[in-house]
Amino acid sequence: MSMDAVFKALADPTRRALLDALRARNGQTLSELSERPDMTRQAVTKHLGILESANLVVTQKRGREKLHYLNPVPINDIAERWIDKFEQGPLDALSHLKRKLEKEGR
Amino acid sequence: MSDRFVYVTYIRTTPETLWDHLTKPEFIRVYWFGVSAESDWKQGSSWKLIFADGRVADTGEILEVDRPRRLVIKWRNEFKPELKAEGYSRATFVLEPSDDVVKLTVTHEIDRTGSKFIEAVSGGWPSVLSSLKSLIETGQALPSQKKAA
Repeated sequence: MSMDAVFKALADPTRRALLDALRARNGQTLSELSERPDMTRQAVTKHLGILESANLVVTQKRGREKLHYLNPVPINDIAERWIDKFEQGPLDALSHLKRKLEKEGR
Repeated sequence: MSDRFVYVTYIRTTPETLWDHLTKPEFIRVYWFGVSAESDWKQGSSWKLIFADGRVADTGEILEVDRPRRLVIKWRNEFKPELKAEGYSRATFVLEPSDDVVKLTVTHEIDRTGSKFIEAVSGGWPSVLSSLKSLIETGQALPSQKKAA
């Protein structure tokens, strides 16, 4: 459960896309996550395994189904390590401004 | 259908120490940015989450308690009318030791979809769990200006 595992897991666009999919809708099955034109079920299984061992995805059984949940806690641990409490406010404001401007610029 | 999130953190400690940090007000307010909980932690007992200024944030009831393995709380928001209107949610804490760490799984769910309450608490938990981990492992909780949900 090292920080290295988190950075390695995040250093791949496919795995980030899977986290985005769970952020959009939490608690999906493997079949639901495999409904992507760009990825085989085997590839999704492999990537989910890497995300799980980095603790970025956690699974829970519901009946016969295994549901996948986004676990942002390790990312929060990383952020807290380098972001001081006095920087949080200004950083939130900057990030809000960036999102707003980028939306308007589209 | 229900809205649910599942958060997991691994903490270098024992289940008993972690349990005490989840249930003793003097620990809770240190890592929960001033928020504390009041309960005698027995099945069927009432449970309250209190802001630093004394206002009641959330109320509920202890549904299950099995020290130091499992705690289930029936949980409703009290300070935002639109969140209170959603009724009761359920928060489950599961502690599983392995080697020198304890895996803490927090599941928070409500029997409805599009829940604003679940959205609000899901944003608060990562900071609280990071702070709890930091307090137990280093003796220092995290300073934060983020508001609890």
